Amino acid sequence: MIPDGRLLRNILHFVRLLRDLGLQVDPHRAQLFAQALAQVGVAERSDFYFAARCCLIYRQQDLADFDRAFDTFWRSRFRGGIPLTLPARPRRRAAESDPAAGRGPSAGIEPEPAQGVGPLAYSAAEALRQKDFAELTAEELEQIRRLMRRTAWRLGEHPGRRQRAGKGRLPDHRRTFRSSLRYGGEPLVWALRQPRPKFRPLVVLADVSGSMEPYSRVLLRFLYGLAHGLDQPPEIFVFSTRLTRLTRALRSQNAEQALRGVFQEVLDWSGGTRIGAALRHFNLHWARRVLSRGAVVAIISDGLDRGQTELLRNEVARLQRSCRRLIWLNPLLGSPDYEPLAQGMRAALPFVDDFLPANNLASLEELALHLHRATARKAKPGRPAPARRQALRPPRRQIGVTSSGRRGYSL
Amino acid sequence: MDGLQSALRGQAYLADRGLTTALFLALRLSRPLFLEGEAGVGKTAVATALSAALGRRLLRLQCYEGLDIHQAVYEWNYTRQMLHIRLLEARGERPQEQDLFGPAYLLRRPLLEAIDNRDPLPPVLLIDEIDRSDAEFEAYLLEVLSDFQISIPEIGTIRALHPPVVVITSNRTREVHDALKRRCLYHWIEYPTLEREYEILTLRLPGLPDRLARQVTAFVQGLRRLELYKVPGIAETLDWAEALVALDREELEPELVEDTLGALLKVQEDLAALRGDRLRQLLTQVEAGV
Repeated sequence: MIPDGRLLRNILHFVRLLRDLGLQVDPHRAQLFAQALAQVGVAERSDFYFAARCCLIYRQQDLADFDRAFDTFWRSRFRGGIPLTLPARPRRRAAESDPAAGRGPSAGIEPEPAQGVGPLAYSAAEALRQKDFAELTAEELEQIRRLMRRTAWRLGEHPGRRQRAGKGRLPDHRRTFRSSLRYGGEPLVWALRQPRPKFRPLVVLADVSGSMEPYSRVLLRFLYGLAHGLDQPPEIFVFSTRLTRLTRALRSQNAEQALRGVFQEVLDWSGGTRIGAALRHFNLHWARRVLSRGAVVAIISDGLDRGQTELLRNEVARLQRSCRRLIWLNPLLGSPDYEPLAQGMRAALPFVDDFLPANNLASLEELALHLHRATARKAKPGRPAPARRQALRPPRRQIGVTSSGRRGYSL
Repeated sequence: MDGLQSALRGQAYLADRGLTTALFLALRLSRPLFLEGEAGVGKTAVATALSAALGRRLLRLQCYEGLDIHQAVYEWNYTRQMLHIRLLEARGERPQEQDLFGPAYLLRRPLLEAIDNRDPLPPVLLIDEIDRSDAEFEAYLLEVLSDFQISIPEIGTIRALHPPVVVITSNRTREVHDALKRRCLYHWIEYPTLEREYEILTLRLPGLPDRLARQVTAFVQGLRRLELYKVPGIAETLDWAEALVALDREELEPELVEDTLGALLKVQEDLAALRGDRLRQLLTQVEAGV
């Protein structure tokens, strides 16, 4: 049975409603839905609902939007068919999903920097790399952006579970046998396999509360650079009083568009700081989903916490136990006379594997290098991966000295 | 559709309307069904119940990181090939390549078995915990599931005469790529409501006293409203109820719950948070509700 014209129009109308809400519905899924309706009929609301749901969406986070669209649609169906104008609808994710937006004149590339920002001489670039983010002028910010775009980020590798042909210790029966045919079935050459290196996943939790404001705008650029510069896109979250996941918002190819999307998603920009509560939310709802496969977690925060210190301590401890390595980046650490006296910072420090500055470009570059060194494990074929560090072992000595010889904080 | 629901019930699996619709459509439209939900809501059990209810073979592929074609699709039986060559040599013959790479030397893994099946009714293929596999395997699966065909270089392309019923489950420990999900029907399994969980409990454990069944359900439902690191699923409820039956108890008491809580909560922090006052509080609420 093929749905008649009226039903088909209704289906298309419903699909349009979903698209207006920012959900992605492929034409072929709409077609699948039409086929499904031929099987379950349209008489029962619940059958119609579930058929539509399992055909048209494929992500749990879209369920709420779907339900809203469905309600609107089903009610209009009884008011006598298709309404001529769509009801007012939120365009929450418009920036992300609008296909026309990417086709503008500046699609995919950032707008050219303002006049007077030419290529930098080496010494000027070096000075800029050392300058504290909080003291940047708008012009220098633009230059920083350009420098950041040129940085290639590399995170640590570790031997993966997948094998490839190589000089390891595991036999490669397939190739051994293949080559033996050349010698009349005599396995003269033993082919071997070795683990293929894998990149460690990175999870970033960035503080965007009021006290971090001077750094937030640059850090956001940094996060955008990470989201596009790594082989394996990192999971990115920001928090002040609540935690917001930005992984998808930052994935847009157009930087301006991505950052606009970010501002739409983060409702508590420059709000208060409740690091403990934010980490708790992360531990409860996200840790299981993003921390598998030996992830490295980087928290970017000044540690000025307005919440309960006890909560912060427990949650940082739990976070450290569930990740491969916990790195705390503190912009204040760049200043020579900083001591981590803030209660929040003091509570968290015992559970932090690396405590590093993040106040200028040089420190971020240092971070990238450090991540590579700290998380890389040379593939030792045939031997099991080195055992994970003991939980709750006292943290190892910290390194916080940048290439310029600036003093870092050492525990 | 009602037939399917009662057939599943016959296998002691209670599927709600949404899940039944999704399964029904997967069967009718020959589409893979992608099931997501928290751990222990019965994603894997659906496939088992479905295969038993329809009288079909169940082929299960448990995913893990590094799962590759040799473990998922096929592998050549090298030992046997070697022996064959030795045997031929002893007889003074030369081995022929086409003999060595024939069906006799092919080890068929679940995916190949599912595609190249000779069953009267196509089997149910369960691809369990796809989120544990890696992107490479996902990409391969994409190819298999869109055309229901597999190519083996030495033999050629094998196409499914009757495509299997495919059920894919995911615990969301990793975001599965949209491309794969788009090829499937999608269903999100929620935790059951109080009534449904009670029904499941009495259906699966007929020996469970009615009052205890009500208490257990109310208690677990109460637990799910708390902020826990690991919320208990139906699997845990069943384990716990079974433990209580084994201990021959008729009623929930604070000491009993405290002693057996390990069947429900598996994270130390959760257990610590619940011991003492909060446990008693929850039990009082349960008592008031039952």
